[in-house]
Amino acid sequence: MSLAKITSVKGRGVYVPGNDIDTDRIIPARFMKCVTFDGLGEFLFYDVRKQADGTDKAHPLNEARFKGASVLLSGANFGCGSSREHAPQAIQKYGFKAVIAEGFAEIFFGNCTTLGIPCLVARREDIARIADAVNARPDLEIELDLNAREIRFGGQTVKATIRETDRDALIHGRWDAIGELLEGRNAVLETAQKLPYLAA
Amino acid sequence: MAKSLFQKVWDAHHVRTLANGQTQLLIGTHLIHEVTSPQAFGMLRDLGLKVAMPHRTFATVDHIVPTDQFAEPFADPLADAMIKELRRNCAEFGITFFDRATGKQGIVHIVGPEQGITQPGTTIACGDSHTSTHGAFGAIAFGIGTTQIRDVLATQTMALGKLKVRRINVNGRLRPGVYSKDVILHIIRVLGVNGGTGFAYEYGGEVFDRFTMEERMTVCNMSIEGGARAGYVNPDETTFAYLKGRPYSPKGAAWDQAVARWRSFASDAGCTYDDVVTIDAATIAPTVTWGINPGQGIAITEQVPDPTKVSGDERSSIEEALAYMKLKPGSPIKGTRIDVAFMGSCTNGRLSDFQEVAKYLKGRRVAAGVKAIAVPGSQGVGILCAELGIDRVFRDAGFEWREAGCSMCLAMNPDKLIGDQLCASSSNRNFKGRQGSPTGRTILMSPLMVAAAAVTGSVADAREVFSVPSA
Repeated sequence: MSLAKITSVKGRGVYVPGNDIDTDRIIPARFMKCVTFDGLGEFLFYDVRKQADGTDKAHPLNEARFKGASVLLSGANFGCGSSREHAPQAIQKYGFKAVIAEGFAEIFFGNCTTLGIPCLVARREDIARIADAVNARPDLEIELDLNAREIRFGGQTVKATIRETDRDALIHGRWDAIGELLEGRNAVLETAQKLPYLAA
Repeated sequence: MAKSLFQKVWDAHHVRTLANGQTQLLIGTHLIHEVTSPQAFGMLRDLGLKVAMPHRTFATVDHIVPTDQFAEPFADPLADAMIKELRRNCAEFGITFFDRATGKQGIVHIVGPEQGITQPGTTIACGDSHTSTHGAFGAIAFGIGTTQIRDVLATQTMALGKLKVRRINVNGRLRPGVYSKDVILHIIRVLGVNGGTGFAYEYGGEVFDRFTMEERMTVCNMSIEGGARAGYVNPDETTFAYLKGRPYSPKGAAWDQAVARWRSFASDAGCTYDDVVTIDAATIAPTVTWGINPGQGIAITEQVPDPTKVSGDERSSIEEALAYMKLKPGSPIKGTRIDVAFMGSCTNGRLSDFQEVAKYLKGRRVAAGVKAIAVPGSQGVGILCAELGIDRVFRDAGFEWREAGCSMCLAMNPDKLIGDQLCASSSNRNFKGRQGSPTGRTILMSPLMVAAAAVTGSVADAREVFSVPSA
């Protein structure tokens, strides 16, 4: 399986402010009654985007000027809560290619890497600068550079971090581990043989 | 060199180091349910792969099952499609399914321990964040996403980076009316909802030494709410006594060998931890949440915070939470009117949870206007409660006694809040909309506190309501 080497993501941004945005908010549980991930994009942030009657609430994703954004910006501990992959799947299917936040919950972060969605951590004041720039000029291009660990926008550059194992997997095109895991088949059997509860 | 349990289990299951530096980790036990697995089987089929070790995956159905009406087909066609899909996948790939006809169905984190599948010194993965529950047995248990479920199905391994270990000691004695739920709500309040990022939590100290397995499970269950990827308690005699004689526990000579081996996985005296936190049990009160994440908790005797007394981010998050919860800044949480009382979930849906409440609920009545439901976490728990007459106590008090499932913890089934109803809940998450209504409100608390709220119609101090003896 050949995967894209994700060294950089370029696109327009949208800022969804708030800390501890949990996976129930990203995709409410009732939309997980499905046996495929198809069509999840339209339910992204559903309960904070929509009224009970299905009409729009005030939310950045509902603003026409942010349509087509592919870089999602948010606050601290983004993606906390449930391990549901439906959350990053909804983010990806909505059209986002990367997320920038002050921090990420761990399972969410790992799920994103596995789908080839880089999650970059930036300082709060830097996210505020990017958000200000995006809100002033929604068509501004943001570039996430995974090699340089930088985010560039409107002539400015800020530092970003990402866990090294995940950065390595993304830039070398091995973010979906299945191929490599399958190659380890013999070593897996050897390890299992040493464990009485698996050797039987 | 002295090692922690985490280190020992990790080393024993380390297959090899992957190109990006992560470990290919052998997953001894894989648990699946209907919500997060169907797409993984789909990916498997797309790639033309088989299940590597079908005898090491166990399935149950929990999230979507109606708890009031067990008959199939389910009224909800989407839910019905999901149970059928799980049945098909298990049959096709040769996976044991604790379907409802087996009498062993229930919430995945209750079924594993109950069947003796959850064992010390093992690695466990499940597509559900509350998989940390199984750490109560001295297992290292991870909640995973669907693509990783595919990885575990196809290879019995997954790619993972090593965690740091934080030892959390709770010493001394808990005061009467304070339960394991209060211990974990207190820990999350102190360390924060993301305080555990990068860590596995090792719980220990006198309180955990005395805790039953079910109490340990309640704490480990909510490790993820504190941001920790896993949480565990070292195995001891309590662990072995719980496991003895369970369907999947080793038998005969194999039992003695297993116990010796399990014992060897416990953290060595003098091993080093990346961090140590010590809490005095006497400082822990019956704890309830006031906000929209599990770290926003206070003692039942305290007031909800006043955002004007703090600044910046903290202020805006308190304002957001209080606005959603419709609570007045600085007001006591005690006395807040409730609409629904929910007793159940993988956090507090075990026999001892119902048993403890039943001791106090006898002869009491659910307050007028309150909808109270009690949902055993598994068919097994339901059967035991019936044998002991516990279901009768709940019914007589005015609770609806239901069939096993996740029920109102996450409302992927007919059990949901309506509008902005406020629920006193023994579950694990108080996120916005968590219990099925986009404006529904949740206050997390221990089972006895749920019962106190149910009988008084408002958030109450169970110690007063039930005259819990003070020593």
